[in-house]
Amino acid sequence: MTDSKYFTTTKKGLTSYYMLIDKMNVSLTQDCEDPNPLIRALAVRTMGCIRVDKITEYLCEPLRKCLKDEDPYVRKTAAVCVAKLHDINAQLVEDQGFLDTLKDLISDSNPMVVANAVAALSEIAESHPNSNLLDLNPQTINKLLTALNECTEWGQIFILDCLANYTPRDDRESQSICERVTPRLSHANSAVVLSAVKVLMKFMEMLPKDLDYYGTLLKKLAPPLVTLLSAEPELQYVALRNINLIVQRSCNIKVFIVLAELKEYATEVDVDFVRKAVRAIGRCAIKVEQSAERCVSTLLDLIQTKVNYVVQEAIVVIKDIFRKYPNKYESVIATLCENLDSLDEPEARAAMIWIVGEYAERIDNADELLESFLEGFHDESTQVQLQLLTAIVKLFLKKPTETQELVQQVLSLATQDSDNPDLRDRGYIYWRLLSTDPVAAKEVVLAEKPLISEETDLIEPTLLEELICHIGTLASVYHKPPSAFVEGSRGVQHKRLPGSAGSGESVESPDTGSAAGASDAPPAVIPSQGDLLGDLLNLDLTPPATTGPPPPATSGLQLGAMDLLGGGLDSLVCSSRSLAERTGQVLKHSLVCLLALMSLGLNDGTFLSFLAFFFFKFVLLSFFGLAPAGPLQVLTPLSPNQSIEVALPLSTVGPVMKMDPLNNLQVTPTLHGR
Amino acid sequence: MIGGLFIYNHKGEVLISRVYRDDIGRNAVDAFRVNVIHARQQVRSPVTNIARTSFFHVKRSNIWLAAVTKQNVNAAMVFEFLYKMCDVMTAYFGKISEENIKNNFVLIYELLDEILDFGYPQNSETGALKTFITQQGIKGQHQTKEEQSQITSQVTGQIGWRREGIKYRRNELFLDVLESVNLLMSPQGQVLSAHVSGRVVMKSYLSGMPECKFGMNDKIVIDKQGKGGASDDAGKSDLGGGSGKQSIAIDDCTFHQCVRLSKFDSERSISFIPPDGEYELMRYRTTKDIILPFRVIPLVREVGRTKLEVKVVIKSNFKPSLLAQKIEVRIPTPLNTSGVQVICMKGKAKYKASENAIVWKIKRMAGMKESQISAEIELLPTNDKKKWARPPISMNFEVPFAPSGLKVRYLKVFESKLNYSDHDVIKWVRYIGRSGIYETRC
Repeated sequence: MTDSKYFTTTKKGLTSYYMLIDKMNVSLTQDCEDPNPLIRALAVRTMGCIRVDKITEYLCEPLRKCLKDEDPYVRKTAAVCVAKLHDINAQLVEDQGFLDTLKDLISDSNPMVVANAVAALSEIAESHPNSNLLDLNPQTINKLLTALNECTEWGQIFILDCLANYTPRDDRESQSICERVTPRLSHANSAVVLSAVKVLMKFMEMLPKDLDYYGTLLKKLAPPLVTLLSAEPELQYVALRNINLIVQRSCNIKVFIVLAELKEYATEVDVDFVRKAVRAIGRCAIKVEQSAERCVSTLLDLIQTKVNYVVQEAIVVIKDIFRKYPNKYESVIATLCENLDSLDEPEARAAMIWIVGEYAERIDNADELLESFLEGFHDESTQVQLQLLTAIVKLFLKKPTETQELVQQVLSLATQDSDNPDLRDRGYIYWRLLSTDPVAAKEVVLAEKPLISEETDLIEPTLLEELICHIGTLASVYHKPPSAFVEGSRGVQHKRLPGSAGSGESVESPDTGSAAGASDAPPAVIPSQGDLLGDLLNLDLTPPATTGPPPPATSGLQLGAMDLLGGGLDSLVCSSRSLAERTGQVLKHSLVCLLALMSLGLNDGTFLSFLAFFFFKFVLLSFFGLAPAGPLQVLTPLSPNQSIEVALPLSTVGPVMKMDPLNNLQVTPTLHGR
Repeated sequence: MIGGLFIYNHKGEVLISRVYRDDIGRNAVDAFRVNVIHARQQVRSPVTNIARTSFFHVKRSNIWLAAVTKQNVNAAMVFEFLYKMCDVMTAYFGKISEENIKNNFVLIYELLDEILDFGYPQNSETGALKTFITQQGIKGQHQTKEEQSQITSQVTGQIGWRREGIKYRRNELFLDVLESVNLLMSPQGQVLSAHVSGRVVMKSYLSGMPECKFGMNDKIVIDKQGKGGASDDAGKSDLGGGSGKQSIAIDDCTFHQCVRLSKFDSERSISFIPPDGEYELMRYRTTKDIILPFRVIPLVREVGRTKLEVKVVIKSNFKPSLLAQKIEVRIPTPLNTSGVQVICMKGKAKYKASENAIVWKIKRMAGMKESQISAEIELLPTNDKKKWARPPISMNFEVPFAPSGLKVRYLKVFESKLNYSDHDVIKWVRYIGRSGIYETRC
């Protein structure tokens, strides 16, 4: 492209530059009148590429002529040229009325002209989100659908992508569009297929689910997607990323086919591989309800093999299945209990103990089973110990008369003989609960647990909905909304599926646009409490490796602290309303976390205070625009069982960062000095 | 839309750089080289986002083609376009190599101008492009007005893939049914997964603008005709094929853009005006009733800690008159193998230490035969507790029939303007079944 900067350095250059432009203009304008249509088109195309104001002024007249040229090749080139001109000078295009001419081209007799006009209009419409440029009405839609059958593969993509922005008025209209789009599913060009899938997925939302046609359409969607996977590797990649989205939207995969293969895998020799296979079976069961029964019977078959690691993995998985479908598959417990002795891995033991505790009332010898575990209490890993403690308390609450001794034994083991603070804490809590108010204890310990769902790789529903509207595009490959990687106003438009958005119009929210620009990461994964505490606990292992606080590492520490509690703080921010309230809450909670850090068995008090200080500073700065006005003064290292009060002067600086609301998360660390 | 297109050689030097949009800066060329071509760790994703600019790349031998954009473009379209670009270049100057690209760089720029306008792909069918992208300049040729408008109407028209006025003395067409059969079998002989992905490749040398109709033994069509009860005259012109199944269930198929898709959707008939020369008419996928050309029966016995006995029997499962070719069986061996003794009845077998496998090759094998290999593998004692994972035995072969059972029933050619009829066209049909991933666990 010509860049005027290169010419304007000297006066001489300037003169020759204008002479050149004039010459070019003359010859290009002449060429626009050439009898050969190829040359006319070439001239108009070239003029669109020269981004100089002077040229663009000259361009208007020839362009207007070319848009109405008798030759379709010239018209289709001119249509794209309008988009080019709009990119250079939007106002000029509007003033000259090119947009109306472009709209007329949608009704052109030549399919390729229609396709290019649609492409140009779609691009222009993107930068004017509110203007009604592409006013799609049934008549234009009809014209587009006719052109769809006739134009090139690329034109079909433009038209399909444009159709996806249309919202049909009723289910009959959307059905008729779907019927005319379905043939595209067998096109060799996978982009055409994916765009057709996008249109169908969107319009299907409008159809009543009990309609026969809905079912047939669903059936038609699956095979082309599978076929995409035998395309070239790069396309496979795009297809897989998209299938990931589509599957999450409409879960009806044929699990049993996969199951036979997974079962086969599970009898392999490679231990790690087998574990993964068994896990996968469990995930199938949790994800697809209809398949759960088959999965459980497969798992039971696997348990019958008595291969140690298979059995253990299967038990871990079955525990999850119990959580997902309570009171459904408990008949298998007996089989599980038979294998109790062969379990030697902590995770499997913990899972088994959980099952015994949870279903204590149905297992006659639950107390015996748990007692057998209790014998080697001190040799168990923390995971098993904690689970055992809970299970025995559950058992006690269910069968209070027979198990009193057992419960006392476990409580004393946990509170008196154990070094582990977690275990002691939990022991104490149970103890107090049981001694003060057994009814409350029952409510707490035997509370109904929320059903678990397939947790990994899940995308937040609203984001998923938006991504479904972008099937086949970059957004669907990145699994991010377009606003996260596109600059400027283009493509930031938020798209919604028609069924759920009610009115169906694309809702523009300027606030999210700018906020999303600030925070690239989509709020998709919600860390669970376990993770958070786990991270907290991990921290007591990491710092000793970097003894002393080297100054360059501080930024890393800040980030680390943010990661640790990012999720928790978000929820706090959105759960409270006023700033004062918010400040109070966050301060309280960050203090709690701070103390948690300090109580984590590190004797290096100075290091911790450093860490705490940076963490504090970061939290305050980022959420409230507050900054500490002075350093945190901790004079003496913090010793166990000692508390100190520290005053930290604060001042407001910088902007307050806004965060999108996240789901609530409960952070309730219990603290004890050591 | 596509903001720019770059072509690099294996060193990362830019051979072609065409920028369509202003938002793509001059540093984009270098960004891709530094972050992808010269990346320390091989970049595995074909889509890379560097500083809010997205790069799509494909590699042909040691040439990199990269499309750049800053917008939310249709990713599938960009890749399809890059493949198309490769096809067009191959059609113009043969193999895509650094030398060929350097020698034809004017042509490539001309092509890029034509098939990509402001980042929007335009007509990219070689048949049409060759009529006016000739590198001779448009003005130089003294075309009549009719010729010119013929070119433009063809480029923008409904049949952009074929030009008018093609003439052959001998009207001929070649049909190749190419299939690759994939299998995963348990040691007990249970089929865990099997599918065939096939392609129908057509080479047509036909005069004028012929209308073609392609018929195969698709279950849906055959059933429909059976119900109608009408005697099917099309069935008579059967072009012959492999072994005998009446009809097959096709899971899914896709067609070249010349096929009228709406007609296929409503009537399931495949009608089209073919491009000239070679192209891929359709792709299909089947999973039901697949003829598995070979059965592999493995027997692995561990004799103590340092010895392994392997016996593998392969059985061919097709008509005795047919011959399978290029058979290769690959039997994996443990990592701590110290020595191998092989005895085989047919072909040649060799232990390849570098590949950790015994490779057994047989040149030819007729149907309904059986062959056997036995090997004794000596192992070095290790204190590695992890047992050998026993990877599956894989197989390669080529058979002269379609494992899916697909048969071409007819390919009718109608050309109303020129006086040649369907019978005058010489038709050739060939079936080739190859192994895809053909594995048996042991």
